[in-house]
Amino acid sequence: MKGLLILRIVSKLLIPYILVFALYVQFHGDFGPGGGFQAGVIAAAAIMLYGLIFGLPSARRMVPDAVVETMVGLGVLIYAGVGVVGLLLGGNYLDYFVLHRDPVAGQLRGIFWVEVGVAVTVSGVMLKIFYMFAGRRRREDA
Amino acid sequence: MAVLTVGVAVQRNLFSVVVLSGIYSFLMATVLVALDAVDVAMTEASVGAGISTVLLLGALSLCGGEEAKPLQRPWLPLAVAIVIVAALVYGTLGLPGFSDPQAPIHVVVAPRYLAQSIAETGVPNVVTSVLASYRGYDTLGETTVVFTAGAGVIALLRRARRRRAGKTPR
Repeated sequence: MKGLLILRIVSKLLIPYILVFALYVQFHGDFGPGGGFQAGVIAAAAIMLYGLIFGLPSARRMVPDAVVETMVGLGVLIYAGVGVVGLLLGGNYLDYFVLHRDPVAGQLRGIFWVEVGVAVTVSGVMLKIFYMFAGRRRREDA
Repeated sequence: MAVLTVGVAVQRNLFSVVVLSGIYSFLMATVLVALDAVDVAMTEASVGAGISTVLLLGALSLCGGEEAKPLQRPWLPLAVAIVIVAALVYGTLGLPGFSDPQAPIHVVVAPRYLAQSIAETGVPNVVTSVLASYRGYDTLGETTVVFTAGAGVIALLRRARRRRAGKTPR
């Protein structure tokens, strides 16, 4: 699809906004609709759009496989790590009250990191599946 | 949406099936917005209509766009499906009525979440506070499920590629 001028320019214009919207959904999830899952999916969709328009190799150059695979595991580790930190600070597993002197601030901090973990894993998995599916035919031809 | 469902079932061209199911997902998202479930609507629009459409199109480009003719008449699966639908409908008769304020879910924990969420977690969006804090274990489980799905796809597709490479050494 490299020759389609309109698609290339429109997607080039759109992708930054999609990524910013993903960040907005991520960090504004406390106040409006959204959260880690949606933000992860939207961020992955931005990269997928890039891969669809500019070809899989350039998407892979921008977000390499190693990064994606690390993200897949890292998110779960962040989430579980929040629980372990709560344990170390003397609370129950996934207790956020102990993360800060003020229990409400501790809750906010715990929810923030948990949502980060969800977003990282979800976008990593979505991108990985996309790479896997889109990369198959190309490898068979080669 | 009913028209779309019939279209998906009848249509033999898989490309139009994918497009129809994408439209179905967007309609579903609007239904969810009408039900005030904005978070779910967002997920439906991005996952159902966006990413799964892309993945299905990717699968189509791998396996061709026409559905194969069925080998035999699907009477047995049809009977099984009808029995299961009947059982599920029978099961819904035992549920409380739609948006019944006296339903157990509305009298036990939901009022506590709604009343205490801001005071206890400082998060105005109750969906977020329930997901990440009150039901943190469940969300950890969900994240693990997503992780497992990704790991499964990696394991399956990687192995296929390696086996093929082993058969035809270059």
